[in-house]
Amino acid sequence: MTSDHLTRRGLLQGSAAVATALPVLGEAQAAPASRPQYNKGGRMTAVELTVNGREAHLQLDPRTTLLDALREHLHLTGTKKGCDHGQCGACTVLVEGRRINSCLTLAVMHEGESVTTIEGLGAPDKLHPMQRAFIAHDGYQCGYCTPGQICSAVAVLEEIEAGVPSHVTRDLDKVAFSDAEVRERMSGNICRCAAYPNIIAAIRDVAGEEKA
Amino acid sequence: MRPFTYSRAASVEEAARAAASTPGARFIAGGTNLLDLMKLQIETPTHLIDVNHLGLDRIEKNPEGGLRVGALVRNTDLAADQTVRRDYAVLSRALLSGASGQLRNKATTAGNLLQRTRCPYFYDTRMPCNKRQPGSGCGALKGVSRSLAIIGASDACIAQNPSDMAVAMRLLDASVDTVSADGSRRSIPIADFHLLPGDTPHVEHVLKPGELITSVTLPRPLGGAHVYRKVRDRASYAFALVSVAAVFGKDGGARFAFGGIAPKPWRVDAADAAAASGPRAVADAALAGARPTAQNAFKQDLVAKTLASLFRQKEARS
Amino acid sequence: MKFDTPATTNPIDRGRVVGVPHDRIDGPAKVTGTAPYAYERHDVAPNAAYGWIVGSAIAKGRISAIDQRVAQAAPGVLGIITHQNAGQLSKGDMNTAHLLGGPEIEHYDQAVALVIADTLENARDAAKLVQIDYAPEKGRFDLAAERARAVVPEGGFGGPADTSVGDFDGAFANAPVQIDQHYTTPDQSHAMMEPHATTAAWNGDKLTLWTSNQMVSWAVGEVAKTLNIPRDNVRIISPYIGGGFGGKLFLRADALLAALGARVVGRPVKVAIARHQIPNNTTHRPATIQRIRIGAGKDGVIDAIAHEVWSGDLPGGGSETAAQQTRLLYRGANRLTTHRLATLDLPEGNAMRAPGEAVGLLALEVAMDELAETCGVDPVELRIRNDVQYDPEAGPQRPFSSRKFVECLRQGAERFGWDKRLPTPGKLREGRWLIGMGVASAFRNNLVMASGARVGVDAQGHVIVETDMTDIGTGSYTIIGQTAAEMMGVPLDAVTVRLGDSRYPVSAGSGGQFGANSSTAGVYAACVALRAKLAEKAGYAADQATFEDGLVRLGNQSQTLGALAGREGLWAEDRIEFGDLTERYAQATFGAHFCEVGVDIDTAEVRIRRMGGAFAAGRILNPKSARSQVIGAMTMGAGAALMEELAVDTRFGFFVNHDMAEYLVPVHADIPDQDVLFLDELDDKSSPMKAKGVGELGICGAGAAVANAIYNATGIRLRDYPLTIDKLLGAAKGSALA
Repeated sequence: MTSDHLTRRGLLQGSAAVATALPVLGEAQAAPASRPQYNKGGRMTAVELTVNGREAHLQLDPRTTLLDALREHLHLTGTKKGCDHGQCGACTVLVEGRRINSCLTLAVMHEGESVTTIEGLGAPDKLHPMQRAFIAHDGYQCGYCTPGQICSAVAVLEEIEAGVPSHVTRDLDKVAFSDAEVRERMSGNICRCAAYPNIIAAIRDVAGEEKA
Repeated sequence: MRPFTYSRAASVEEAARAAASTPGARFIAGGTNLLDLMKLQIETPTHLIDVNHLGLDRIEKNPEGGLRVGALVRNTDLAADQTVRRDYAVLSRALLSGASGQLRNKATTAGNLLQRTRCPYFYDTRMPCNKRQPGSGCGALKGVSRSLAIIGASDACIAQNPSDMAVAMRLLDASVDTVSADGSRRSIPIADFHLLPGDTPHVEHVLKPGELITSVTLPRPLGGAHVYRKVRDRASYAFALVSVAAVFGKDGGARFAFGGIAPKPWRVDAADAAAASGPRAVADAALAGARPTAQNAFKQDLVAKTLASLFRQKEARS
Repeated sequence: MKFDTPATTNPIDRGRVVGVPHDRIDGPAKVTGTAPYAYERHDVAPNAAYGWIVGSAIAKGRISAIDQRVAQAAPGVLGIITHQNAGQLSKGDMNTAHLLGGPEIEHYDQAVALVIADTLENARDAAKLVQIDYAPEKGRFDLAAERARAVVPEGGFGGPADTSVGDFDGAFANAPVQIDQHYTTPDQSHAMMEPHATTAAWNGDKLTLWTSNQMVSWAVGEVAKTLNIPRDNVRIISPYIGGGFGGKLFLRADALLAALGARVVGRPVKVAIARHQIPNNTTHRPATIQRIRIGAGKDGVIDAIAHEVWSGDLPGGGSETAAQQTRLLYRGANRLTTHRLATLDLPEGNAMRAPGEAVGLLALEVAMDELAETCGVDPVELRIRNDVQYDPEAGPQRPFSSRKFVECLRQGAERFGWDKRLPTPGKLREGRWLIGMGVASAFRNNLVMASGARVGVDAQGHVIVETDMTDIGTGSYTIIGQTAAEMMGVPLDAVTVRLGDSRYPVSAGSGGQFGANSSTAGVYAACVALRAKLAEKAGYAADQATFEDGLVRLGNQSQTLGALAGREGLWAEDRIEFGDLTERYAQATFGAHFCEVGVDIDTAEVRIRRMGGAFAAGRILNPKSARSQVIGAMTMGAGAALMEELAVDTRFGFFVNHDMAEYLVPVHADIPDQDVLFLDELDDKSSPMKAKGVGELGICGAGAAVANAIYNATGIRLRDYPLTIDKLLGAAKGSALA
């Protein structure tokens, strides 16, 4: 299955795939990032992240996704693995304040960055307003997509506030809160229990509070 | 996912050089498609060169009146850019119709151009697929092909290109700027960038080993009314069955590009020329030579219907 | 407690806690990510190794050789399980195919190996290095092609395969109005958000599985049987389940292989079935072909009705009981239902939310719409005319325990604004949208299951409930807490609910929408027993004592629960068992779905604009969580109508679109506000709770309401689900589409 010309999103093609990798990038070793820049396959790489305001020092297989780093290494299991392929949104976290699918990124790519997970938003005795609203509106059922929904919802309100348009924004320069906007922007978070209208109600509530 | 080594490049030249000289190397940018495929071992790089920190994330006006979009500009940022919203609205619209908010926050301009097909036979490594494993056959041709290409495909491969952004780029006559391992730079018209499958469906574009996309340049704004219409099986977060990018000029002229129907963003000069004759004529011109399967023949009709919808809305506005 | 006579007034009728729309008591844990699911048990199974399943590359045939040397030598690999080293395994009573395949392969992606490694990355990588050679055989993968060879299904069937009353053929032939149509529904995937997952640990010969399973007690038995070990050696813990919808009713490969793996490597092992493996490795809702014939008068009153169903499954499997509702929903003296089962070598078909009715009503309720149109009778009125207050097969001697079907139709129609619907299709347009409304009946049998619980009070007067009942998002924690609070006269926050552990009394489990009613009835029974103990301690006559405000009262005397319980606390256990009331009375839940759609006049894109419904399901134990169950099910019905389909490759014999990018389910943008009305109803023949199931009722008929709305919008009648753009465009000629 070696193929010289296969290429893909996010990657411009190098040369033919072969069995071993050669050490390269002498100059890159001196690149600004101070972490070890190179490792043999299977060897551990040191990664530093700031997770929910606390520094985390990890030794990771470079293959480790941010999601697995959180769940399996930091034991922050609030972030869920629904599909592991960017198809469901259950793994949504905030990195440097932006929501992403933590399953489709490597932890090592986020060296030195700040990650906020559901655990960082609030705890049972100190709920984030969005968490409170999800409870009040029954914005969940089985609970498995819920942390991702909540992380996404928090980011969605910020995106609307920042004037980022969406697919349903009629005039690209006039971005405003509406149910339709929230539905579109939340569509990357699938809820098979389908608490959708309740989730929208929860977000609407929090948006209203923030305006007030 | 096979083991790999990971490095961060310090400059674009160095990245290109390293990629060319390191067997099995790939660049990684957003990673939203590459890691998806690596987990399934459809992609098996042995070395990843992270190009996220090379300053390729800027959008700048160029002296010719166009716009230079850094290769690492995230889809969200490109769609939200004030100049893009105003002057290249079709691009904003196309980007916003793709994927999800989370994915758009991560996915990059260059990565999106190189996004690989969603053909389900490509995605299942136990199935025959000439794109994934040259010579193994095409599982889709006589299989489940509803979502796949109706034109530009071959007997070896009927995979579709899933990108929305690339359709708008094609409409706008963007060009792809690269740097090669030897430090040379070139600009590739997007029309020439993607390749049709022919007998070599694993060769998807013209980039040479190690060649790194640094930016995409948009020519001067076209003006006119920009629309991007994506038709899919659910309201959001799904790939296109058919998409149409269009710019309707004030002079009555128009240009069209199509997604979801071909191995590359599909554009035919004759379709633009047929604009005055109405949507069916545009569709006929665009789809001349189409060879659909029984399962995806509806896309021919859907292209015409989607165009009809655009014409109808244009008339309603004017 | 045996429930064999209709319930009389009991403490639940006070309605101080039960019937109140309380927030879920498990809410804070779920919204903060602190509720532990099966793959997340670092707390109790630290240092778990990671298992990765290898799925069969063929649908039918045999493994001819396995070479695991390269995989075994890969970094971090601790062990590999295949049929060659798994030891003697039996097959669970409820599994159709073996959970670990080989040498015989029964379906695509059947597990053939588990690779266990120190990390997820190493396990996943090494799984690709297991070399397996297959000798494929020709299989049967096409239901339409196998239909002619379908046979009468044997055992394990939820009722007789065939029923016949009166003279259907004669009555149909003579009917002034005849409807005779075929309908098809595709294979569907549960697509619950949490993949099947298990963490397994052995302590000597004792096995503990933290797993995601709807039926704890079944799982204990199936694990014991499959591994040939005593039941007593198996403990199942399943406190949080990230959705099931029937997909987690049974022991699956994750649990079996985690157990085998943990035994081999001598430490805990956890296994999740990868998302792309789920559709072909686990169960799915089988495709159906259905023929419906209705003979009616010109007024639409049914005289003859027949519903014939064909589905397929692996050898030894079961039938999709899609004609079930047709036996009970509408009047008619001449009736016929049949189910035929074809042998298919596709993955195992089995229960998915409302098996039978969910797809049966996709057909029947479109047929009713066709009848209404043919007769020129309003579709709501048509259904009212065909109401019947007794089991139409058995006659008036078997009445329904309660049946507010007509009320649902009337009140639902009024609430939805049904009177604004234009009876002629394709006549309402707003801009690019053709607008239409549809109605469909909702019907789901009310099943009841024996269910046990243990209830205790501690010295502080705090109440604790323990039962192996599961909460799969259904709200079990909360309604069980509400039941105990009501019975013991304490506030909800004075109740702790512990679920999903096989050390607790065996409950009904979650399935068939029997869980809520049955499990709360079991808690009710245990509370009655505890009340008796407390009353006895207080020296009060149990039937005279009242429980409220944390006190046991008799006249003007009272004692606190805590004081009576003492330092040791006081516990009681009981279970509810059901007598023959389900035989003497037909028991079912009813409703009416309404839907308004817009269909793009050019592209035929369908957008649901409004959904609403009225439902009668006995006492609604918690209107907040019950509403969520109903709207969630309505959405799943909308998915069935518009997009859900496992596409079969009939050459290779597998579901091609086996991930969530290609198997589409509704997203936020697909679903508008949804309106739910629960009718006031108490069903005293269902249980002491006077409740019935509601978790599946919402899907039953929802998709047909969408289909009928599309017809009303466009004039296009599709009978082949899902109703996608390609099919609508293919039928556009003569319709209101451009």
